[in-house]
Amino acid sequence: MRQSFSVGIGGAAGQGVATPGDIFAKIFSRRGLHLNVYNAYQSIIRGGHTFLTIRTGPDKIGTTDGKLDLLIPLNQDTMDRHMRLLSSGSACLYNADLIKPAAAADGVQLCPMPVSKLADISRNKIAQNTLAIGAGLSMMGVGFPALESVLQEQFRKKEKAVIDENVSIARAGYDYASQNFKPFAWPLPMTDARYAVLGGNAAMAMGGAAAGVKFYCAYPMSPSTGVLHWMAEHARKANIMVRQVEDEIGVINMAIGAAHAGVRAMCATSGGGFALMSEGLGLSAQAEIPIVVIDCQRAGPSTGVPTKTEQGDLWQMLGAAFGDYPRVIAAPLDIADCFKLIPEIFDIADRFQCPGIVLCDLLLAEGRLSVNPNELDFHPAIDRGELITSNGSGEHEPYKRYKITESGVSPRVIPGVPGYTHTVSSDEHDEDGVLISDEYTNSVKRRAMMEKRMRKEDGIAASVPPPQLLGPANADVTLIGWGSTYGVIDEACELLRDAGISANHLPIRWLVPLHGDAIVDLLKDAKHTIIVENNFSGQFARYLRSETSFVPNGHIRKYDGEPFFPNHIVEAVKEQLAGKTKLSVPSHEVMV
Amino acid sequence: MATEVVTPQAIVMADFKGKVDPDWCPGCGDFGVLAAVQKALVELQIPKHEVATISGIGCSSNFPGFIDTYGMHTLHGRSLPVATGFKMANHAMTVLVTGGDGDGFGIGCGHFVHATRRNVDLLYLVMDNQIYGLTTGQTSPTSRLGMKTKSMPFGSIESPLNPISLALAAGATFVARGFSADQKHLTELIKQGIEHKGFSFIDVFSPCVTYNHDNTFQWFRPRVKKLEDNPEYDPTNWAAAMEKSLMWGDEIPIGKFFERTDLPTLHGAEPVLKSGPLVYQDNRMPADVAQSFIDELM
Repeated sequence: MRQSFSVGIGGAAGQGVATPGDIFAKIFSRRGLHLNVYNAYQSIIRGGHTFLTIRTGPDKIGTTDGKLDLLIPLNQDTMDRHMRLLSSGSACLYNADLIKPAAAADGVQLCPMPVSKLADISRNKIAQNTLAIGAGLSMMGVGFPALESVLQEQFRKKEKAVIDENVSIARAGYDYASQNFKPFAWPLPMTDARYAVLGGNAAMAMGGAAAGVKFYCAYPMSPSTGVLHWMAEHARKANIMVRQVEDEIGVINMAIGAAHAGVRAMCATSGGGFALMSEGLGLSAQAEIPIVVIDCQRAGPSTGVPTKTEQGDLWQMLGAAFGDYPRVIAAPLDIADCFKLIPEIFDIADRFQCPGIVLCDLLLAEGRLSVNPNELDFHPAIDRGELITSNGSGEHEPYKRYKITESGVSPRVIPGVPGYTHTVSSDEHDEDGVLISDEYTNSVKRRAMMEKRMRKEDGIAASVPPPQLLGPANADVTLIGWGSTYGVIDEACELLRDAGISANHLPIRWLVPLHGDAIVDLLKDAKHTIIVENNFSGQFARYLRSETSFVPNGHIRKYDGEPFFPNHIVEAVKEQLAGKTKLSVPSHEVMV
Repeated sequence: MATEVVTPQAIVMADFKGKVDPDWCPGCGDFGVLAAVQKALVELQIPKHEVATISGIGCSSNFPGFIDTYGMHTLHGRSLPVATGFKMANHAMTVLVTGGDGDGFGIGCGHFVHATRRNVDLLYLVMDNQIYGLTTGQTSPTSRLGMKTKSMPFGSIESPLNPISLALAAGATFVARGFSADQKHLTELIKQGIEHKGFSFIDVFSPCVTYNHDNTFQWFRPRVKKLEDNPEYDPTNWAAAMEKSLMWGDEIPIGKFFERTDLPTLHGAEPVLKSGPLVYQDNRMPADVAQSFIDELM
């Protein structure tokens, strides 16, 4: 079992949950520790309940796990909801002036802070937060200077008196805890590694910048808005044109316009916005203009649960827009992969002149992960495919934009090059772009053009590696997941092995092309297969069956808005191996 | 050393002849608009490879196929966002957007208002025939009250939209109305619209000879009056333009209603485009900029 330490901070929206989270994350990563952050919140700007969990440790932390070592409730509600997550050895730090302790399990250390005695609360509204950060770090065995330097950065835009005041409040909390509370049995270790703390939305935006995206546009929609925020904030430094558009229909069409002019163009949205984009996706495919669209899934249908996670958009992606056309769909496996995937999918979209879809979800988009900064390669190889950028000597055959080729790919020209004028079209067209409905609807040409476009699927399939089975061969159970469940399944496999059940893991990153034959081959000797996914109907299970006829032994699904924790999967595997059920739907422990 | 002077070949009408001839109904108003656009480009001597003609869907949206420039035939109602993205990625190109009243004021009306307020530097030409033609004759957003069509056989009970007032209200920096039968006047408006730096909108009466029996060439001819013929009309006066835009009936003004040149275009206001068209910029960011993005996360 990997060693880890989890801090949970909760309160009403607006009480300042985010700042202590940022401070802890920075301190942990600077100690050379890995971390994973998940923020449970609601669609409310003030009030409600927000609960931020940071899990840290010396090894990679692929998921939070619902357990807490330190709880910092900023209000009574958080105390009452989350105390049940604490077990022997953990502690709860709270403002004794305002919050009454909830019933705690044996061995839980209650740490009341006399906030009004330790700080001037009339002057500093967030004094309880700062005191708790100081106290918590003291109990974790972290030296005060680490906190002092992070506080100075955090408040660097404020005047010196404000910084000094916050440092002295943190110091008061730190000293009070040293004198009054028992330190944790496991002092936080330190390593020489240094990690970047990366959010999924920022990662996808940065991945776009690395891929050479020059045009980004979006309409705000949770949980994808963070991509727009990163792009907008860094646009001028990165030389990216960023536009906020009137709706998602406008977004995808604007991206297509920019892409046709010759730049890499990207946009992001969530399921509802994607639904508006779907006709545009067909235009990208039919006119053969490459774009990349990110869908950060949230719980649907309709407006659904805007601040909660789900993997419920797979079939929307598979069926987006009418008609048959080549497309690429990939689901990043973790937050580092959110970065890495974008240049990869752009290369494929560019080479095969088709839309690329990144199927992310709230869990990754709004989560944060420690990432080795060397993994953030801003200068990957870029392949823009067959692109004509100049008329060379001026001599060339009459240009046919949709020339019929063996690969199905017709060289694309950047508009502006003399001698290559042509019209691209959403209507079915001939090789030279002339609409076939403008002469007579020519069934021979229609068939040839359809086959030309669809031939690109072979090239796309050859450009994408088949998935690989991770973990021991001949395992008792094989867990199959896609996208964001990678981290939680990985840890579940570890816990299962600790419990004497050998488990391996088949994570799916490329959904289209799927490499169904390779998957069937990998699974043909599996003893017991279970598909794990964050939706009601088993969207991936149904897709895999439709492509390969493969039917797993069981399913683990969750559609309550919250992500899986490793223990959910472990318990479900145990009940399924015992023959109790073929479908497990774990319940979430706490209402967040 | 002798210097060779190369005289560039003059640009002529034949340069803009499309790969196929228009398949509009004989007598369609759109022929006049196509000819006026080609003439304007010739008179302005703009090479065809520096022009992008972008349309939506509908009879008049088949326009890019009938003119030889870089063209895009996009989706119903979506020409303006496509054109905006195109112009942002390559602002060195002259961008013409063509379409009809259903495309622009029906399904695409939201984009019309936003492209207008953004002052995207392009010319938006609407061939307004007050009917849906390609779908065989239904009421459009500019069909007159009471007009009988297949979709409103007992007469429209909805008031039509006023494209000129709408463009003015949305902040268009160039607003004009043309009549397809007055090609010389229309060509002049198109030239001005192309040369105007910002969003130029020309609503062109382009009668549908097949489905609109109310607003025909014969109906328009005695009614249209050129604003240019009135020496007192001041096209820099927005309030006067708005007032004129409401005139309809026995006298219908055509010509340039309004122009202002004091507002920056969208691409002109964008610092990222200062170093030239996006498409010609380096798509690799300097190593120190990349490093600064990573440093923010440490």
